[in-house]
Amino acid sequence: MMYKKKSGNFKSKGRQVKKESIYDLRQIVGKGSLKRELLIEYFHLIQDHCNYISSNMLVSLSHEMKIPLVEVWEVASFYDHFDIVKDSEEPPPPTTIRVCNSLSCYLNGSNNLIEELKICTSKDVRIVEAPCLGACDMAPSAAKGHRLIPKASKEKVLNVLKGSNLINPMDNSINFEQYIKNNGYKVISDLIKGKLKKDNILNEIKLSGLRGLGGAGFPTFQKWSIVKSEPGIKYVAVNGDEGEPGTFKDRYYLELDPHRVIEGMLIAAHIIGAKDCYFYIRDEYPEIRKFLIKELDKVNDFLKSDVTIHIRRGAGAYICGEESAMIESIEGKRGLPRHRPPYVAQKGLFNQPTLVNNIETLFWIREIIENGGETFASKGSLSHPGLRSYSVSGRVKSPGVILSPAGTTANELIEKCGGMAEGHLFKAYLPGGASGGILPSSKANIALDFGGELTEYGCFVGSHAIVVLSDKDNLADVALNLVSFFKHESCGQCTPCRNGTEKIISIIKNNSKWDEKLLNDISEVMANASICGLGQAASNPILSVIKFFPKEIGII
Amino acid sequence: MGKEKINFELNGKKVTGYPNETIWEVSERLGETIPHLCFSPKESYRPDGNCRACMVEIENERVLAASCIRCPQENMKVFINSDKAIKSRSLVMELLDSDQPNSVNHDPYSHFSDVNKKVSINKPRFECKKSPEPDSSHPAIAVNLDSCIQCGLCVRACREVQVNDVIGFSGRGSETKIVFDFDDKLGESTCVGCGECVQACPTGALMPKSVLDENQNFKFAPDRKVDSVCPYCGVGCQLTYNIKDDEIISVSGRPGPANKSRLCVKGRYGFDYISNSERLTKPLIRLENSNKKQNYSYEPSDILSNFREATWEEALNYVGEKLKDLKNNFGSNSLAGFGSAKGSNEEAYLFQKLIRTAFKTNNVDHCTRLCHASSVAALLENIGSGAVTAPFSEAKNAEVIWVIGANPSVNHPVAATFIKNAAKNGAKLFVLDPRGQVLDRYASDSINFLPGTDVSLLNGVIHTIINEELYNKEYVETHTIGFEELKTSTIDFTPEKMANICGISAKRIKNLAREYARSKSIIFWGMGISQHTHGTDNARCLISLALLTGNIGLPGTGLHPLRGQNNVQGASDAGLIPMFYPDYKSVEGDHSNKMSDYWHTELDNKKGLTVVEIINSAYEGNIKGLYIMGENPAMSDPDQNHAREALANLDFLVVQDIFPTETSAYADVILPASAWPEKDGTVTNTDRKVQIGRKAVPMPGEAMQDWWIIKEIGVRMGLNWNYESPKEIFNEMKDVMPSLNGITWERLEKENSVTYPCKNEFSEGSELLFKDSFPTPNGKGKMTSTNILPPDENINDEYPLVLTTGRLLEHWHTGSMTRRSNVLDSIEPTPEVHLSPYQLENVGVKPGEYVNVKTRRGKIKLAVRVDEALQNDVIFIPFCFHEAAANLLTNSALDPYGKIPELKYCAAKIEVPLKVN
Repeated sequence: MMYKKKSGNFKSKGRQVKKESIYDLRQIVGKGSLKRELLIEYFHLIQDHCNYISSNMLVSLSHEMKIPLVEVWEVASFYDHFDIVKDSEEPPPPTTIRVCNSLSCYLNGSNNLIEELKICTSKDVRIVEAPCLGACDMAPSAAKGHRLIPKASKEKVLNVLKGSNLINPMDNSINFEQYIKNNGYKVISDLIKGKLKKDNILNEIKLSGLRGLGGAGFPTFQKWSIVKSEPGIKYVAVNGDEGEPGTFKDRYYLELDPHRVIEGMLIAAHIIGAKDCYFYIRDEYPEIRKFLIKELDKVNDFLKSDVTIHIRRGAGAYICGEESAMIESIEGKRGLPRHRPPYVAQKGLFNQPTLVNNIETLFWIREIIENGGETFASKGSLSHPGLRSYSVSGRVKSPGVILSPAGTTANELIEKCGGMAEGHLFKAYLPGGASGGILPSSKANIALDFGGELTEYGCFVGSHAIVVLSDKDNLADVALNLVSFFKHESCGQCTPCRNGTEKIISIIKNNSKWDEKLLNDISEVMANASICGLGQAASNPILSVIKFFPKEIGII
Repeated sequence: MGKEKINFELNGKKVTGYPNETIWEVSERLGETIPHLCFSPKESYRPDGNCRACMVEIENERVLAASCIRCPQENMKVFINSDKAIKSRSLVMELLDSDQPNSVNHDPYSHFSDVNKKVSINKPRFECKKSPEPDSSHPAIAVNLDSCIQCGLCVRACREVQVNDVIGFSGRGSETKIVFDFDDKLGESTCVGCGECVQACPTGALMPKSVLDENQNFKFAPDRKVDSVCPYCGVGCQLTYNIKDDEIISVSGRPGPANKSRLCVKGRYGFDYISNSERLTKPLIRLENSNKKQNYSYEPSDILSNFREATWEEALNYVGEKLKDLKNNFGSNSLAGFGSAKGSNEEAYLFQKLIRTAFKTNNVDHCTRLCHASSVAALLENIGSGAVTAPFSEAKNAEVIWVIGANPSVNHPVAATFIKNAAKNGAKLFVLDPRGQVLDRYASDSINFLPGTDVSLLNGVIHTIINEELYNKEYVETHTIGFEELKTSTIDFTPEKMANICGISAKRIKNLAREYARSKSIIFWGMGISQHTHGTDNARCLISLALLTGNIGLPGTGLHPLRGQNNVQGASDAGLIPMFYPDYKSVEGDHSNKMSDYWHTELDNKKGLTVVEIINSAYEGNIKGLYIMGENPAMSDPDQNHAREALANLDFLVVQDIFPTETSAYADVILPASAWPEKDGTVTNTDRKVQIGRKAVPMPGEAMQDWWIIKEIGVRMGLNWNYESPKEIFNEMKDVMPSLNGITWERLEKENSVTYPCKNEFSEGSELLFKDSFPTPNGKGKMTSTNILPPDENINDEYPLVLTTGRLLEHWHTGSMTRRSNVLDSIEPTPEVHLSPYQLENVGVKPGEYVNVKTRRGKIKLAVRVDEALQNDVIFIPFCFHEAAANLLTNSALDPYGKIPELKYCAAKIEVPLKVN
């Protein structure tokens, strides 16, 4: 019971705000009242301005926003892209080089690159391993800050550090003027003017067979109809948090023709009756974000619509690609997925009905309305209607986004990518990014689409990210890479995922022979009892390797 | 989630769920407890569904569902014990168990360990994660996160239940951990030590330090438990004393109607004062050669240099003889008594009966005079009843909540949690106080008006409501009198004019008025309203506001003066005041005869003197003998030099207490009494809830029950008293106090708490009062006009600062109990004067340096604390530190109606002593 008494407190409990820090904060975030939902945006402002976020800044934010210290801390500490510097801790070096360590880049030597860079860079540079940067077609990829360095090598990175310019991927994008010239924003204008009827548009989308291309494949027509029928204030939230390792199609479309996505979003808002759209774009795509911010003014001037578009910046958390976690993040909180029911269509952003659509899904809307839903559907087959954008990477000759009918097989995709890379023999592939499982080359004639034969092998197509593996790749290492990603990206909310990912790593890292029973047990509880898809699918690579490649893990 | 009942299948049986009932709750109701960790069935805990220990299978669903958060739907088929569900629950436990520490056991009786025994199939097969170091920085709470399962119950306890907002999650994934503020040590965080997290924690990660050894191993479990009530403030939290070998080892919150299992740092950790070595254990008589008029230095450990031990027989005989002598020689009115709001109703009743029937005087009062006497005066004058019209829990039904002149998160911490809950649920909270406070964070507007300008501010609000015709015309017409006078008297008090006086813009005053008048509004107030020479006027204004708008008697409305001490409501009800018999019957009216008949004795039919008047009278030599039970006027009364001289001037002073106090330093006889956990008795909380306290532990040494001591003094003064138990006294009270209708000792023993007024023994008490009429002669409420007067003492060039006094969270009243609690005194160990950062700079001192604070009455030296919550020219000193007693400085000028001193305002200055290297 005895406790050493203090001589006195001389202040109130806990950290106290400093007048100077409030001044500094206000210099960065401006005057006026601060909004709770913008907390993450304020973190970005501070991080961008100072290169880190000091605890004094955080205390000031808490003070100025009238929110508890811990609420500020827990949000800041959730996201990878905020460097919190506590009290007397050293701030990070002024320059950060992120090197992608996700599968496609790992296959292409990101580990070596990291080691090399750590040796040859100065104290002013920090080398950080980062999860998928969405540039798997240009592996290994790196970033200076968040600015992409495609096909990174030691030399290239050093040149960038010396000041060599990086190409802005938006330089060749279709801008507002060009978009308008090509009949852009005509569909939304006609809709606003009443020349196009909501029901007709919904019908075209129904005929197109368009499905959610973020990975879940939920019929778009149905989703829009559900939210449309909900009463009260509604929102549209655009999921631009592409992050599934192997996936880069959303980046591709945003760089190619970003206004199509905006127009798709505005059409959606108009049809469901939303006045506010939240466009959540991952922090790894800064040029896209800046482009959007710049172009939106022109769109607003042109349309004079009563819909407000809010751009929200992710902060390095894969889980925020999960729609309810993204909603939490838009509200300025930790990105923890919510329980269902209620579904976000009923109770989403700010507890109101919310339509969440993926970038690519919205990208196709204009075309479907212009050319008719049936035309879009007919580009696929009867059993696999429509087109899909496959992100193909790994051991192929020419990785990239392959626009192909739904239900294309892995063999066909490899062919479309110019075959296997020099000196590699096709051994296995990931049909749906990190979480979709792993299949052997013997099963490369399966139609890659939602549901269907894939599910029989415990796999799914998800975001259509195909990573091709070869005879040079060790499947145990591949599985370890994938589960490490999930361990790093687990939100930590539920036991099976938080502890399961960590325990899987410790089992396979420390034993050359995998403990099949134990791994099956963990996988089972993760699949059955995790709150969201991340935890439910995080053990898929393990189960696939046990099923299809037992020799590689010493269990046969 | 419709409103209809839901028919579904549970384990193959057809069952019915109520709307919003979860699968877990249905199952529990039907007799099967599904394992659970992160879910607590206790009230106010939201299910979070994160631990996945309660998973069940639902037909046609791909994955399992968390039963704690999932509501059944019509025709759903739920299987609690399918293979898949059983295996998942077991694996979840195995995953968690594998990270539990092996070498140390913080809590063998934890909920986690119970569930694990029941659910786990396998011994943990996984490697244990690296475990964090213990955090022993807090004096009461041991943090051992090696046992933490990240269930977040502590986070919900801290942020959603008590809304203290200290605990959260940091990081992500397997790095996720519980943190305090910025991952700070608990003892250095903003933690207020309420211990709600400790009570909620299902593992041994958060434990009371008192039950762990220095290696963080579990030391002992209680051998018995006793249910009682908290001895501190007026909230009336029900608690359980956990006892081993007749010593309290820890305290848990109980689901009482006022506290719903919540406690604050004082209630939960401030229990060890009763076993402090300074406890009085023997009657003491002043040594003949000891001179109490000397400038007495108060030193409890040295008490025997001025007193000698005596037997009870000797001490009581001496007391009886001396009091009788004084009465015979100088008349009844040369005697007086201070009772206590800290004792039971039975003790208060018996004490006033002793003073009235043995001393034969109405000179009996207690500390209510220093806290809410002005509120009670105004309430009795205008609505005919001095108690609250609604419990503080009514905040949850209010649209607008006013907290004015009160700092409940410090003084009524558990009540504050309910106000914060309401504000977080959307009620608009307005905090009106010259000092900033924790509640400001949750407020729509926090109005830091200039000290002493309350009446101006409130009249500005009244003016706006009348001028903008926001008042409830029908209500005013049918239920009130005094409207025209009020209208006339406030006609000049425009918000624009008042703005200049109180330093708050007219716009904000108008907004206050509009929000209050247009909504279901409730007002809470405290000492900031009452402890002024215009305290009664302040309260009158608040009453007028409620009457103008009809904000009384209905859900979400009312007037609630937050009562300060655990039994200040009960002691007042029991007649421990100079103008009233029990139940507020005037001593000067016809009732005097009735009481005279009932008590079989002649009674004095003139009002007696109040606390400060008794002290003044003693100073002048008119009061000769004083009996003080459980009060400490040498610390609590204003202008202490004067008060202490008055005490020293008495011919005979009897002090009955559990510790030597600053007051007992002037005593002739000191009688060792019982502490609250040592006695049976009832107390009445701020909500009018009569609650029962039970004896938990024996008294030390020869200490005796307070009621017994009073009785024995009565007997020695010639009364024919033979009370044998508090129950017997309670039954006598019921005879003279209609307010206790429907409340019996037996009922209290069974139900623990009953609210008055209460129709009969089988009905619930009335929480909301005066919906239809008031207990006034015409049934109407009265709006009394007030005028704007400055505080008694104004600041000037010589004394340029306003000194205001009050409490700290950890210290209760004069500190006689809390300063002797190891935990509480560790958290706030020293007297400090609080200064705004501006004033700090102005004076040229740094936090921790010493200054002299001086007023026209005295000077004290103490260290400086920086306090953001203060206006530039306001300073604050807590009055609980005898080392630098704030009441040496305060002004004893009285409110003319309530006779309450102006403890909240006096002119002061700060002197910086020469610095010695």
